[in-house]
Amino acid sequence: MRGYWADLLSGWLAGLGVPEGIALALAYVVGGTVLLIFAPVLALLLIWITRKVISRIQDRIGPNRVGPYGLLQTVADALKLLSKEDIMPAKADWTTYNLSPILSVFSVLMIVVVVPFGPGLIGVDLNVGVLYVVALGSVGIMAAIMAGWASNNKYALVAGFRVVAQLISYEVPMVLAIVAVVLWTGTMRFGELAARQSLEIFGFNLGLGWFGFLMPGALLVFFIAALAEAEQTPFDLLEAESELIAGFHIEYSGMKFAMFFLAQFLNSWFLGAILATLFLGGWQGPFVDQVPILGVVYFFLKAFGVYLVLQWIKGTYPRIRIDQMTHLAWKVLVPLMVLLITVQAIIQKLPVGAPAQYVLIFLANVAVVAVVVQALGNYYRREEVRSKRAFEPRGLVGSMVPAEKGVMY
Amino acid sequence: MPTLPVPTFTQVVFVLIAAFTVISGLGVVVARNLFHSALLLAATFFGVAGLYVMLEAEFLAVTQILIYVGAVATLITFAIMLTRGAMHGETNPLNRQWGKAALFAFLFLVGLLGYLGGIPWPAPFQAIQADEGLIARLGEQLVTRYMVSLEVMGLLLMVALVGAILLARDDKP
Amino acid sequence: MVPLNWYLTVAALLFALGLYGALARRNAIAVLMGIELMLNAANLNLVAFWRYGEQVMALTGQVFAILIIALAAAEAAVGLALIIAVYRDRRTVDVEELDLLQG
Repeated sequence: MRGYWADLLSGWLAGLGVPEGIALALAYVVGGTVLLIFAPVLALLLIWITRKVISRIQDRIGPNRVGPYGLLQTVADALKLLSKEDIMPAKADWTTYNLSPILSVFSVLMIVVVVPFGPGLIGVDLNVGVLYVVALGSVGIMAAIMAGWASNNKYALVAGFRVVAQLISYEVPMVLAIVAVVLWTGTMRFGELAARQSLEIFGFNLGLGWFGFLMPGALLVFFIAALAEAEQTPFDLLEAESELIAGFHIEYSGMKFAMFFLAQFLNSWFLGAILATLFLGGWQGPFVDQVPILGVVYFFLKAFGVYLVLQWIKGTYPRIRIDQMTHLAWKVLVPLMVLLITVQAIIQKLPVGAPAQYVLIFLANVAVVAVVVQALGNYYRREEVRSKRAFEPRGLVGSMVPAEKGVMY
Repeated sequence: MPTLPVPTFTQVVFVLIAAFTVISGLGVVVARNLFHSALLLAATFFGVAGLYVMLEAEFLAVTQILIYVGAVATLITFAIMLTRGAMHGETNPLNRQWGKAALFAFLFLVGLLGYLGGIPWPAPFQAIQADEGLIARLGEQLVTRYMVSLEVMGLLLMVALVGAILLARDDKP
Repeated sequence: MVPLNWYLTVAALLFALGLYGALARRNAIAVLMGIELMLNAANLNLVAFWRYGEQVMALTGQVFAILIIALAAAEAAVGLALIIAVYRDRRTVDVEELDLLQG
């Protein structure tokens, strides 16, 4: 907690007569502890939200017995998992097997350090913050591959392969989408990126200069890549129950399984938070300059909003196949983003005024959105025809047309 | 009697990271299990990234993790799994000349260290401001002074990409 | 501050380890790992020399290191593709059994 808040806390302690060095150290310890406790508590809330939202979509009520609105259900589940027997396959590789869940959680928890929760409220404003988050993703890949291999189970291994293929494929469009923002701002600090998204009107900061308005194309690509990186539906073929039982963590039980679970939920939330910071203004909003604490509220509103959209998609969309997954990444998103970045770089060097640049970049991004939406639409139309064929008599194959809206088959 | 130098905090951190790096590097070449070798290789890459941070090259450190741990180490583990069963039991044996190899590597090391010890290395340098300025300058240098190298590197990566796909794909339809 | 030759010592150790790994292993993938270790050692040297050199703002060492990282990635991709192609053909990745050219 460098900067304003640390100074505030250490200043207050120094006022109480604590030596300056100790006061600063105490401030750091408090900041670190808050960040450390923040993640598990957040995970409890996230799991509850997911279960409630999915239940609503599926016309159920969801957890409602333990605590008010079932809020403590996850605590009960965690207690159950803790009391479970810790099973390990006989031929499993001990070190790798036990190291993998730790690495998995580690790679996600490290993100919390660079997330700007509010104005000046950031663990470390790294000068390579954006890249740091992407690099941590590759640690997560290692964890998955380790778990898949060490479990000595062919389903776990196949799932491990799938995880690596998917995460590496979608890391590329994700980085390219980030590059679009970094190219525009010229900084990789999260704090600076959030601060740049202000909108001054008559000297009053409205806080609505979101990059998402300027670059909807990059936003959409980042969102799709984040879905894949978080292993969320429709990209959850890594844990397809019908094919792979449960994914690379089949052989894990009790608390080790819970750690993978925790990492996955936290990862989706943090990716949503990163998306909110990069494209939705982070802590920016009206009256933030006057009341800094409002920034924290705005940030959490946005991050949880993105998370809710993720859960909505989870409850609505079917799972895609592995060839479709790689097809989308390498043949649609990556070429599009490379093109977009080239175009954006050219636009930024054009000898026209800033408003013209805004308009041109916006138009280029709209084109990207159109192509991506077209590709996704094509895919879902094809799938509709295909799944319809599966239920139709053989003689009718070939005479099929996409289903009309609202017609049930 | 000479007084023992008191190590500073930075030096202690350096020694810890360096020890981690070298021990994992040793593990890479002595591990009996090829997969463990690959994992220790990833650990070594991490250690080197840590040393880059100590050298105030944060961008390089993150790139190191992104490319080496995320891509190279993963590729290697992939290759290990795809060629599983090729080594009949023991996955990572030594060859006939390992004794000679060890001797050669050791002599090489002794020579290098002897050479290192004999040179009065320059004292530390001016402090640098590790901020965007440095990274921006790095990008600037890459597209101005080192433009040709960068373009050649792009070409090389392109050729490597095509070549790797061509080599590894199954020809049988 | 840490003296320059500490970094050079670490790099020398890594290089020697990589050399040994590349020379003494029978598995082609392990040989490749040795080469990666040596490349890392060279990179560490370059960055250390950059940091302790006189022209810090010229950033030559960092540029070189970035180019070498890209080179290492390309080398790993092609090398592993070769290994997999050989494995498909000969069912082995043992460098001692790959002696077609020995006559």
